[in-house]
Amino acid sequence: MSQVDAHDISHDDHGPEQGSGVIGFIKRWLFTTNHKDIGTLYLWLAMFSFFVAGAMALVIRAELFQPGHRFVDPNFFNQMTTMHGLIMLFGVVMPAFTGMANWQIPMMIGAPDMALPRLNNWSFWLLPFAFTLLGSTMFHSGGGPNFGWTMYAPLSTTYAPPSTDFMIFSVHMMGLSSIMGSINIIATILNMRAPGMTMMKMPMFVWTWLVTAFLLIAIMPVLAGAVTMMLADRHFGTTFFDAAGGGDPILFQHIFWFFGHPEVYVLVLPAFGVISEVIPTFSRKPLFGYHFMVYATGTIAFLSFVVWVHHMFTTGVPLGAELFFMYTTMLIAVPTGIKVFNWVGTLYKGAISFETPMLFAIAFVILFTIGGFTGLMLALVPADYQYQDTYFVVGHFHYVLVPGVIFALMAATYYWLPKWTGHMYNECLGKWHFWLSVISVNITFFPMHFLGLAGMPRRIPDYALQFTNFNMIATIGAFIFGFSQLLFLYNVLSTVRSGQKVGDKVWEGGTGLEWTLSSPPPYHSFTTPPEITPSLFKHDY
Amino acid sequence: MQNNVKANQLVIAFTGVFLARTVFAKADYWQLNMYKGVTPLSHDMYYLHMIAMLICAIIGVIVFGVMIYSLIYHRKSKGFKAEKFEGNTRLEILWTAIPFFILVGLAIPATQVLMRMDNSENSDVTIKVVGSQWKWQYQYLDQGISYFSVLATPYTQISNQEKKGQWYLLEVDKPLVVPVNKKIRFLVTSNDVIHSWWVPELGVKRDAIPGFMHEAWAKIEKPGTYRGQCAELCGINHGFMPIVVQAVSENEFEQWVVQQTKVEDRFTGTQSTPTLQAKISSAALMTKGRDKYEQICAACHRVDGKGLPPMFPPLKGSSISVGKPISRHIALILNGVPGSAMQAYKAQLTDAEIAAIVTYERNAWDNNTNDIVQPADVAKVRASNHVPPKIVSRAQVGGFR
Repeated sequence: MSQVDAHDISHDDHGPEQGSGVIGFIKRWLFTTNHKDIGTLYLWLAMFSFFVAGAMALVIRAELFQPGHRFVDPNFFNQMTTMHGLIMLFGVVMPAFTGMANWQIPMMIGAPDMALPRLNNWSFWLLPFAFTLLGSTMFHSGGGPNFGWTMYAPLSTTYAPPSTDFMIFSVHMMGLSSIMGSINIIATILNMRAPGMTMMKMPMFVWTWLVTAFLLIAIMPVLAGAVTMMLADRHFGTTFFDAAGGGDPILFQHIFWFFGHPEVYVLVLPAFGVISEVIPTFSRKPLFGYHFMVYATGTIAFLSFVVWVHHMFTTGVPLGAELFFMYTTMLIAVPTGIKVFNWVGTLYKGAISFETPMLFAIAFVILFTIGGFTGLMLALVPADYQYQDTYFVVGHFHYVLVPGVIFALMAATYYWLPKWTGHMYNECLGKWHFWLSVISVNITFFPMHFLGLAGMPRRIPDYALQFTNFNMIATIGAFIFGFSQLLFLYNVLSTVRSGQKVGDKVWEGGTGLEWTLSSPPPYHSFTTPPEITPSLFKHDY
Repeated sequence: MQNNVKANQLVIAFTGVFLARTVFAKADYWQLNMYKGVTPLSHDMYYLHMIAMLICAIIGVIVFGVMIYSLIYHRKSKGFKAEKFEGNTRLEILWTAIPFFILVGLAIPATQVLMRMDNSENSDVTIKVVGSQWKWQYQYLDQGISYFSVLATPYTQISNQEKKGQWYLLEVDKPLVVPVNKKIRFLVTSNDVIHSWWVPELGVKRDAIPGFMHEAWAKIEKPGTYRGQCAELCGINHGFMPIVVQAVSENEFEQWVVQQTKVEDRFTGTQSTPTLQAKISSAALMTKGRDKYEQICAACHRVDGKGLPPMFPPLKGSSISVGKPISRHIALILNGVPGSAMQAYKAQLTDAEIAAIVTYERNAWDNNTNDIVQPADVAKVRASNHVPPKIVSRAQVGGFR
């Protein structure tokens, strides 16, 4: 018996022995069921995809630098826009946040690990195969999917290249991975909280992830259904999306956006969570209106299910539907506004300092709000007739997703990386990364609003001469942004390998359970449930 | 010192050039805002856009103002000690209610405009707009006119071999001609994939959905030429199917209508006597064929004839384009391949155009068959393929495939 105990203790700081050398390394990562290991795998996958999909964006921007055919033909251009969208959503933002959830949720609620460790392993290891399948389409004869990430039928059914079937299967695998990941997160949050960690004491990041996980379980089967119907239309003689057989191409859009709109909030709610962690820490002041932040998260999630038609105002939906979806879409501005006001309320009369995570968080609040403003404008149906499918929309959602969601991911990485690695990142390099990013992101995406208003449709490989100036500016910005991300990569790599040692409480304003653990934290985060005391959430410094 | 003076002069000169440019440059090149447009609806959209932008700007100034104030004055480096408050229910209710009422205020005008947009009753002219990969067809239902409108920008400009014209990618061979001050009803649909018919200055954007028809309307107040583009990704040449609308006075419109050939079979004249068509020299066929090929066929079959297999088969060395009989080649262009992106071109291209394309395809890219196809050959195939409609039994129509 004592032997067994000794054995257990000796494995406290690492996983089971897997042998040495390459085989040992592969087995260590392939068979791991540890929440931190899997979190790390998710995060590296996201980092890799970020540079792949980012390179695709640069191909798009290079082609659009000047009018005329320049580097790639229109078909390849369409493949780039499709793959850039799919990989950025499913390969960057979603795995990155799932990785953060894996690392942080057990540490934030006082649990040793995730509730379902083997499921966790499978959720991750589906993804590399899914993305290999998706990436392989680029090398098929006929090329990869070229109908945009929204894959509107019949362009994606009757008129699509054969590789579309690979994309469909890959989407199925990603959906499976997301659903299992979400089940795991819900099970962990609902069952594994330390005694005393009541729901209304949970950190905002945990709350937003709980809501996000429910959203994912609700929507991923819908997407799977949509692509399966595509598959049936392509090969099994059905006509779900073909009017000639009694179907309707608009049916696809309804199903797709019933998935697609909540998906937007799947991407952005965890970002809200991150910002709600970072801002109080560096303001040295509790989050303003915690309860209302929780309610707002729930309201946004609920409303996200009843706004999907705002993506389809020009398809000829009836007047009544246009009015209903316009009102619900505008209504979403209210809980989103509450979030922004509460962040400002948190900053107000705090003792603010500007470390890199805080810089990214502040940029998030301002630039995400700008994306929110254009979102409100897009909600107004008559004006939307002029915005729909133009660069105005491209500008809008990139403001929400790049200086919004991606900046939140950057903030989270700088914020928790010292905890994860035990090393401080290079602050000077972090500030360079921030300032280059925040300037270039605006150079890239702000001119897109002008282009859209002046009449440039989205997803075109070539354009009329009067759009040249702003396209050139956007391309220059995009290249600066793209290359500044190498600073981020370097900073993360060098922090993982070496750096100044940090203590348990990395940030003096940090509150919550994760800062009571050592840096880096032990292999099984909390082997005994921690005590939840009020002082845990106090900003005493 | 001298360097300083020089630098100053440079700055002044540069500013001067820049100012001159902003004053004299055409507004188009730096257009920042939405088109005000030339129809009542486009004005409404513009004003709604401006109101929304103004409201957003005001909210932005207030919220960012408080935020920036805090960032400047409540800094730790200035020795500011953080307050301990955690929330304020009254404030929360206030900043829930105020935005809600602002939104209601914004929703009222939006609803009014939307109701007006939906009312396409009492129209004077009805035009059916049919999208297909990658061209627009306009059918004047009352006047009995129908024609295709395709991109007129030559391929040499797109591939940067020639200087780009002023209306690069925004010019077509036959614009849509409409009268001013008349309520025009557009019925928009598609033949293949989803397109979107958008002319910003008309305030009309309507998705063209295969199998369904949706309405839009415009009443143009000012004569002029208005340009737009397809707004929904519709395949390879999505960026190359522009729309040009020419708004003319009522008299000019009447004259234009009279000049147009009515929808009737253009080929009835030559169908019965195919051999009567004029012969064209092989050089002329090749030049014309090359132009038409690059305009219509090159999107899928590529300029080099290699296609994008397996979706778009190559023409270089293919059995269709080098093999016999030539009539098979002609028939494929006339009738297309049902259920694929290859359309039936019999209504879109004349015998002479098809003859030129076939001749070009059979002789370009080392196909070197030395076949010369004359319009008469095409007319012959057209006549032989013409199947007069017949009555079929129900079983034949709905039978299993």
